[in-house]
Amino acid sequence: MIDRLTERRGLDGFDIRYVGLMLAILAIGVLSIYSVTQGQQSGNTPYYLKQLMWIGLGAAAFLIMWAADYHDLARFAYPAYAFILLMLVFVLFEGRTSKGAQRWIAMGPFSFQPSEFAKLILVLVLAHYYSKAPRVGWLQRVIVPGLLVLPGLLLILKQPDLGSGLSFVAVYAAMLLMVGVRSQAIGFILLFGIMLFPFAWEGVWGSLHDYQRQRIMAFVDPGYDPGGKGYHALQSKIAIGSGELLGKGLYGGTQSQLKFLPEGHTDFVFAVFAEEWGFLGVMVLLGLFVGLIWLSLEIASKAKDQLGALLAAGIVAMLCFCVVVNIGMTAGMFPIVGIPLPLVSYGGSATIMTMASLGLLLNVKRKRLSLFY
Amino acid sequence: MLSTSYPETEFGDLHRRLFALRVGLLLVVGLLGLRLWHLQILEGPYYRDLSENNRTRQVLLEPARGLIYDRNGILLANNVSSFSVYVTLEDVQDREVLIQQLSELLGLDPALVRKKLAIKGSKLLPRKIKDRMTLRDATLVESRRLDMPGVMIQVESQRNYPGGLIASHLLGYVGEISADQLEKPEFDDLHQGSIVGQYGIEKSYDRHMRGTAGQKNVEVDALGHEKKSSVVEKPQAGNDLYLTIDARLQKLAEDLLGEEQGAIVALDPNNGDILAMASRPAFDPNVLSRELTAKQWVEIVQDEGRPLNNRASQGQYPPGSTFKIPMAVAALETKTMSPSSTVHCTGGYQFGRRLYRDWKAGGHGYVDLHEALVHSCDVYFYSIGQRMGIDVMAEFGKDFGLGRPTGVELPSERSGIMPTPAWKQKVKRESWLPGETISAAIGQGFVTVTPLQMASMMATVANDGVNYRPRLVRAVMDRSTGNLQELPAVPRGKVNAKPETFRIIKSALADVITKGTATRAKSSIVTIGGKTGTAQVAALRTGPEESIPKKFRDHAWFVAFAPVESPKIAVAVLAEHMGHGGAAAAPLAKEVIEAYMNLTTPTPVATSGLSGMSLDDGRGFKDS
Repeated sequence: MIDRLTERRGLDGFDIRYVGLMLAILAIGVLSIYSVTQGQQSGNTPYYLKQLMWIGLGAAAFLIMWAADYHDLARFAYPAYAFILLMLVFVLFEGRTSKGAQRWIAMGPFSFQPSEFAKLILVLVLAHYYSKAPRVGWLQRVIVPGLLVLPGLLLILKQPDLGSGLSFVAVYAAMLLMVGVRSQAIGFILLFGIMLFPFAWEGVWGSLHDYQRQRIMAFVDPGYDPGGKGYHALQSKIAIGSGELLGKGLYGGTQSQLKFLPEGHTDFVFAVFAEEWGFLGVMVLLGLFVGLIWLSLEIASKAKDQLGALLAAGIVAMLCFCVVVNIGMTAGMFPIVGIPLPLVSYGGSATIMTMASLGLLLNVKRKRLSLFY
Repeated sequence: MLSTSYPETEFGDLHRRLFALRVGLLLVVGLLGLRLWHLQILEGPYYRDLSENNRTRQVLLEPARGLIYDRNGILLANNVSSFSVYVTLEDVQDREVLIQQLSELLGLDPALVRKKLAIKGSKLLPRKIKDRMTLRDATLVESRRLDMPGVMIQVESQRNYPGGLIASHLLGYVGEISADQLEKPEFDDLHQGSIVGQYGIEKSYDRHMRGTAGQKNVEVDALGHEKKSSVVEKPQAGNDLYLTIDARLQKLAEDLLGEEQGAIVALDPNNGDILAMASRPAFDPNVLSRELTAKQWVEIVQDEGRPLNNRASQGQYPPGSTFKIPMAVAALETKTMSPSSTVHCTGGYQFGRRLYRDWKAGGHGYVDLHEALVHSCDVYFYSIGQRMGIDVMAEFGKDFGLGRPTGVELPSERSGIMPTPAWKQKVKRESWLPGETISAAIGQGFVTVTPLQMASMMATVANDGVNYRPRLVRAVMDRSTGNLQELPAVPRGKVNAKPETFRIIKSALADVITKGTATRAKSSIVTIGGKTGTAQVAALRTGPEESIPKKFRDHAWFVAFAPVESPKIAVAVLAEHMGHGGAAAAPLAKEVIEAYMNLTTPTPVATSGLSGMSLDDGRGFKDS
């Protein structure tokens, strides 16, 4: 018992490479935000300072999630999920609206986006569910967790927040793949999916806002662009492409500095970075992400129990999904669904959530006496 | 291998799957890398070319702000086109030459133009040099525009209040959004330069009237001139408001106050509709909705008459004898007095070592409740006040809505004070003195009220205790659907008193007009009930009213309702420093009541002075 306590206090498992990679990516984010918002009107707190503040809060979240025992955290998975579902219901009625979607809860001068935190809690819920008992048969493997995911997913799609909704599905799918599904079950899911598609399409498509439909249509059929809604995608591609090999240098991004590219500090921050730092810079950023994910996967495979492995795998899957979809959409490979680039895009809820997730992931690496296993 | 599902082997499977994930990750990142290679290296020069020649800009299309009408559709606020001149620094060749040219053409101080150009921000952001230009100036600039690259004349929507000073306090005014406001979530669809309501209805109903901005993509040439544009999203005009006020009655009430300081509020007791809400002195919302110089602003704020203050909802005054109405209800309901029991008034009321005087030297003799109200006998109310105690008095005052905001849709409404010992302890950190109860009984001392509260109190009595929240907006016209949505009246509780009590009070109030302190409010066309009041300004006064400097003279109150049989209007008049309510305030209330009765009878009598107000849709232009 004493051993366990002393070990818990130490810095065991505090991987300096891992933290270094995270900080390097955060620094790139702050730099890009600083560059793109420097023409911001005076009087308001600059975005990069606000982002630094979020990172400070995120660091606290990182340390808390790292220091706690993830077995203890997993025990709170269901109550936490119930709480976040309540917040998601609350946001539909009381939330503040921006760009036609109701996603934020105003708290004093700040606003808080519950759908971001819902993603991490979903990982906890699913990891807890699968590790608690051997879940046998497709009912326990697929349907029950699916029913767990459903209320959160529907509430998020209702806002509507397509990006967070897709992340939700991605976490579920990644967890299924991790625990393994019988090929029959996959067949079932596919069959059900195809049968339900017309209804689901109606529900999902019907719940989207005009701007989202137009963005998707503009992707599926570039000719379908009645009001110039392909503007985002085109401007983003021009920004990235015009960076060429070496980039235009800090503040040199005409696309973003001259406001051709909207949302330069949030969803399209990658395009800003690519324009100013070129292909070389982009490769460095991608390398940092791959390094971080690589270390995370290692932590997942060396986890001492199934809960740890599933937590780590779920968080990695979520991180990968966001990185790939965000870069893919700014580079014109996917439709624009509004997913921020983790650790880089400006945003309080997303930054804090991502750093908390990484803290939890590093937590899995800590040495512990196997009292429970 | 997918078919195994036992715990031990499962853990092993997990490792294999994680390996697969690594391979998958490398593949996907490789694909992203390839795509970026394609964009940045292979097609890089093509995109660099596009970025250098990128000449499309996104321009916001400001929505037209919702209009404001009175209850009969008379236009109170609309938008008119006005010309503004802008300069885009990006396109300017020689800044000093341009400053010289512009200041000569427009007759402006070169230093001012220089200052306006120096505002921080992107060089692409057009800076406004002058708004509300005359057509002549606009034409002059336009004809010289080719010599002055970067200069642009913009037609803009300017808020306009056709009635000028009419209803200025309740309409309010608009102005550019401030840096503080921009940080707040409720303004997050707006941007620097957006126009929002800053006062009055314009502020409290800003969300409804604001509308949604549209957007267009503009292709410009090297000099910044627009070559081609396509509208991406049309702006959505804001919703129109239909107020409860009758502009004709409003104008009359304001004219009655004239140069004097004061307020008049008229309510419909049956639903809380505010028919008129006048406050003098007023301001011109047309002036305040423009860009003011610091000097102009200081002049308005430091004006001794405080024209920005809405005396109807923000002015707090001792109610004086008008407070005897709720006190009379309290006396009957608590059975402190029966309607027939009397108090002997000898012109003063001895309490402890102090003599509390009646306004009438020598006193009123034996008076019952009816006579005490009709002749406004102070001694009667000193006596019942002392018997009921301050807490009971405050309870009834609060039932009538005193000491708390009425909830009218105006920013910064004041609540007045309905004092209690607990209040005094909390606010002044002193204990309550028994003599203060006696002053409070005739509405002096700590008691303060707003004219709006007094009108609402009168309406509640007229309506036998049923109270509606005073309101200013009766309907909202949704511009996107074209639906006119009528807003329901909002009940605000009921004073629990017997119908008999209200009957007794109302008959006494009717006699105040026929033979009491307010015979000057007697009307030949309608029966009126009312009560005079005098709010003491300075405690120690000697000599006749005329010999005192005006700013120390008392405020005159009059509250009234009509017709007595089935009330249709309740009025509160407060005239600052005008002395006794019966002389100064009562005639004004009578005029308002008579005008309203004339306006609402089937054959309307012609009203004067409002011929300049038109009924047409003055929305101006919608999209530009």
